[in-house]
Amino acid sequence: MGRFVLKRSLFSLVSLFGLLVLVFFLSRLTGDPAALYLPVDAPQSVRDAFREARGLNDPLISQFGDFLFNLAQFDFGDSLRRQRPAFDVVMEAFPWTLGLAGLTMALVLSGAVVLGALAAIKVGGVFDRISSVISLAAASAPDFWLALMAIFIFAVGLGWVPTSGTGTPWHWILPVAVLFVRPFGLVLQVVRSSMITALSSAYVKTARAKGVKQRAITFVHALRNAMLPVITVAGDQAAGLLNGAVVVESVFGFPGVGKLMIDSILQRDFTVVLAAIMVTSLAIFTMNLLIDLAYALLDPRIRY
Amino acid sequence: MAEHVLEVRDLSVEFHTAGKVVEAVRNVSFHLDRGETLAILGESGSGKSVSASAVMDLIDCPPGRITSGAITYRGEDLLHMPAGKRREINGRKIAMIFQDPLAHLNPVYPVGWQIAEAMRVHGMPAGDARRRAIALMERVGIRDAEQRAKAYPHQFSGGQRQRLMIAMALGYDPDVLIADEPTTALDVTVQLQILRLLQELRDETGMGLLLITHDLGVVAEMADRAIVMNAGEVVETGAVRDVLKHPSHAYTQKLIAAVPGQGSIRHSAIGVAEPILSVRNLNKHFGAYHALRDVSFDLRAGETVAIVGESGSGKSTTARAIVRLDDADSGSVHYGGRDLCALSDKEMFLLRRDIQMVFQDPTQSLNPRMSVFQIISEAWRIHADIVPRGQWRERVLELLDLVGLQPEHADRYPHQFSGGQRQRIAIARALAMQPRIIICDEAVSALDVSVQSQVIRLLDSLRDRLGVAFIFIAHDLPVVRDFADRVVVMKEGVIVEEGDVVQIFEAPVHAYTQALLAASLEADPDQRGKHQSESA
Amino acid sequence: MTQTGINGAPAKSPPKLPTWLGLLLADKFATVAVIFLCLVAIAALIGPALLDGVASKVAFRGRNLAPFQLDHGWLMILGSDSLGRPILARIIVAAQNTMMIAAFTVVAASCIGAALGLVAGYSRKFLSDAILRLADVIMSFPSLLLAVIVLYMLEPAVGNLVIVLAITRIPVYLRTTRAEVLEIRERMFVQAAKVMGASSWRIAFVHILPMVLPTLLTIATLDFAFVMLAESSLSFLGIGIQPPEVTWGLMVAQGRPYMNQAWWLSFWPGLFIVLTAMSLNLVSNWLRIVLDPTQRWRLEKRRETTNG
Repeated sequence: MGRFVLKRSLFSLVSLFGLLVLVFFLSRLTGDPAALYLPVDAPQSVRDAFREARGLNDPLISQFGDFLFNLAQFDFGDSLRRQRPAFDVVMEAFPWTLGLAGLTMALVLSGAVVLGALAAIKVGGVFDRISSVISLAAASAPDFWLALMAIFIFAVGLGWVPTSGTGTPWHWILPVAVLFVRPFGLVLQVVRSSMITALSSAYVKTARAKGVKQRAITFVHALRNAMLPVITVAGDQAAGLLNGAVVVESVFGFPGVGKLMIDSILQRDFTVVLAAIMVTSLAIFTMNLLIDLAYALLDPRIRY
Repeated sequence: MAEHVLEVRDLSVEFHTAGKVVEAVRNVSFHLDRGETLAILGESGSGKSVSASAVMDLIDCPPGRITSGAITYRGEDLLHMPAGKRREINGRKIAMIFQDPLAHLNPVYPVGWQIAEAMRVHGMPAGDARRRAIALMERVGIRDAEQRAKAYPHQFSGGQRQRLMIAMALGYDPDVLIADEPTTALDVTVQLQILRLLQELRDETGMGLLLITHDLGVVAEMADRAIVMNAGEVVETGAVRDVLKHPSHAYTQKLIAAVPGQGSIRHSAIGVAEPILSVRNLNKHFGAYHALRDVSFDLRAGETVAIVGESGSGKSTTARAIVRLDDADSGSVHYGGRDLCALSDKEMFLLRRDIQMVFQDPTQSLNPRMSVFQIISEAWRIHADIVPRGQWRERVLELLDLVGLQPEHADRYPHQFSGGQRQRIAIARALAMQPRIIICDEAVSALDVSVQSQVIRLLDSLRDRLGVAFIFIAHDLPVVRDFADRVVVMKEGVIVEEGDVVQIFEAPVHAYTQALLAASLEADPDQRGKHQSESA
Repeated sequence: MTQTGINGAPAKSPPKLPTWLGLLLADKFATVAVIFLCLVAIAALIGPALLDGVASKVAFRGRNLAPFQLDHGWLMILGSDSLGRPILARIIVAAQNTMMIAAFTVVAASCIGAALGLVAGYSRKFLSDAILRLADVIMSFPSLLLAVIVLYMLEPAVGNLVIVLAITRIPVYLRTTRAEVLEIRERMFVQAAKVMGASSWRIAFVHILPMVLPTLLTIATLDFAFVMLAESSLSFLGIGIQPPEVTWGLMVAQGRPYMNQAWWLSFWPGLFIVLTAMSLNLVSNWLRIVLDPTQRWRLEKRRETTNG
């Protein structure tokens, strides 16, 4: 077990390292970093001073060395726009995204598991039809469009909830609702098909021969076996949310990592972008590790 | 007439499948009393399992549908009973065990929990159910039951899993136990232990045993009465002695005639010719598991060597090492003056056509997307000099004729054939290479008894006409009795005995060979009880 | 044992053309979806040639006209945008870019992904591991963000957009293909081909690839919808397609400032995105059933009951 965690951590570190190297060289090779880091209208003298201060005139390889050295201390440099360490800026935004992702996925999982399991009991039945229509429509709707329409109808038209920003629990309703839709549709589809497979398996036949009630067969015998693929897909969706729901966060002015990242990119605040990638990648790695542990917990045949 | 515990009358079941309706079971009737064993005997597709599933309400509808008939338990109609009441009977009054216990046990719950569940659902308090589960596990022969109850199905062996299934079925001392091919997936020595256990438990509890099987040996060993099913209908029914000794229906007669190991033992005419293939000291590890230990034997031209062993004996691993599907760790295979194990892929390619293989399951070994013509002619696509392209068609038809198929079969696809026909196609594919050696890896194990004997007869005639040498791998001794010249018996990666077929069958030396012979069941009720399990 | 002919139906060859049509008609939703997708495809192919002039003609007098009025001709049925251009005409013209980007992306990603997957599944451990780690790196990277960063550094042209989107989608095909290859290569007919001396090339392309194709086709259909949504998001964020080029996603973005006065500017193009994605989902579901021999009877049975 400990060995497994160690091995996975090493693998992920390698992946993460590759990622940061990629971003570093992309940012250095696709143009003058000064142009990336500085505002477009910065005078030449400022650019020169910037290059000197940042060591941009050093050979690329020693720049890379400095970059790694600082990286090891979570030092990405200061945010140009905010004049504060970029890492701190990101860590301020991260809890918002974490909350948004956690709340959304909790709702998605509980909703999808119940509806999907009910749909699988009788293929072609009422629940099955409802769930296929919902999952199909939900998986097909672009979130930016949903966000606009939701604001138009519920915030502007009906005035039930605020249009954007934060402050009250009411502010969470629209972002969570919009983010909920697509993952819900996808996870629901997986729960349904996975449950259908589980319900047609031999051990369910045994349970029926034992005289176990349908409800217990569904939620005790089949569900636990069906959860592995569900967790995998839910994990992918949660990773998407942790990466910052860029579109939704920016439409709703929600101060999470996604909004921070897109703002920083548009404002050329590159240190913040790097720090944000680092933080979200670590978060996703932690989540994937937890998912692997959940596999082992659900299925005794999986041992690391 | 006294009321029977279980009675099935005029049962018909149909399935909607692939655009047509199949009547899986037609007007089937049988009954079962306490304390007796009724065997339903039939080959695949005969409808024997469907009848049992109907009793347990296990037929999925759709695609299945019970179209007519009645099933009564102690006079109560099971088919028109409210679901709740029906559930009270399942598992409590009528219990069932299945062919593949690994698939039929829930992989994610401890076995003790699953056994106890069978009692809890019928109202037994959790503590009592748990204690009884452990007692039952002990009764069916699981040692250290208290501890093992916490283990999961994958941590048991095949035979133990079937014991667990039996324990699960016994929770409430049911009136009827339905056993659907309970020993088919098991090794012969384990099979006998399980059958003994079922017999003991039947006598102990006085339950009725409904035994569904394709194996005449099992019927002869176990049953009081038997019914024979073919294509969804009951063709013969009666006391087991009458059915097996004096069958009245042509189908039953054919079935009994097809049982392997009845003919005269073949007397080898090969003598002491030079071997064409010499296997020397093959060793193979899978991780820490030593799968082959110093395996050595010879094969002479035109000879048939049978390799017999139970699962895990290394018999298939040997075959795969010879054709280099898996490379052995050490040792050599000499053929045509060269060591196959030491050849490069290129050199091996040139020798491949000489050694061909026929696999166990013809459904799996034929590419479903290719027509029979493509399957057979692929050999010549790969080895371009065997048959010139213009003669491919002609030669395919010749080969089809040789294996007993029709010319029009050339353009069909594998799924349009029956199991036996598919195996004939696989044999034709092997012959297309004009090999000197054909390795048959359990080539008849997946086939029905009657088909099995036809395929063996085909192989026999090919040997005589073409002079091909065979390595014939089997898990069971009787199959090789009429066909092999010599027999190699393997156990746990070691050759325990090797000898002339007469010697192996009439004067086996090694204890394991004796045990294998003792455990194989004959289709003769007079031999009942003479078989001994290796260790109970 | 007895039921193998019924439950464990033997693998069948895929159906022939007339059967395809019959199986399609058996699923009414899929039929409607296919018809809708054909209309979109036609719009994408000939729309720009027919309507380019109309769609880009600015008419300040007819700004933000409300939908469902026929006073200004049928092209105005869905209203007009902030420059007085008919929305219906613009949607038809935008279909080309939207479809083209998604199509190129899916074709490129599936070909490269499937090829890499075949190699990864059929080669020695080292190469296979290297390819998998590469896929891991791509997958661990937020795909939308990768696109944002790369497109920010490069130029947001159609070609770059396709490249970026394709790279982010390759792992899906790679992993699926590899998983299937690993399973299929252990099947007996592949082993039989090996015993005959078939080359790795022959085994990969003649024996394995045809078995993987149905799965890939199903995924590609689904992925088409995903890519379309991703492109729309990028265009919406302003780093995808740039005006005067237009896609549905960009149209939604352009309507955003006018949301409170003229909801239809964003609504209609978004609705087309939803409908197209839904149709693709339906077709993908239908394909999955048709290509799975153990499921196909459901459609065949339905067809029977409707016919007879």
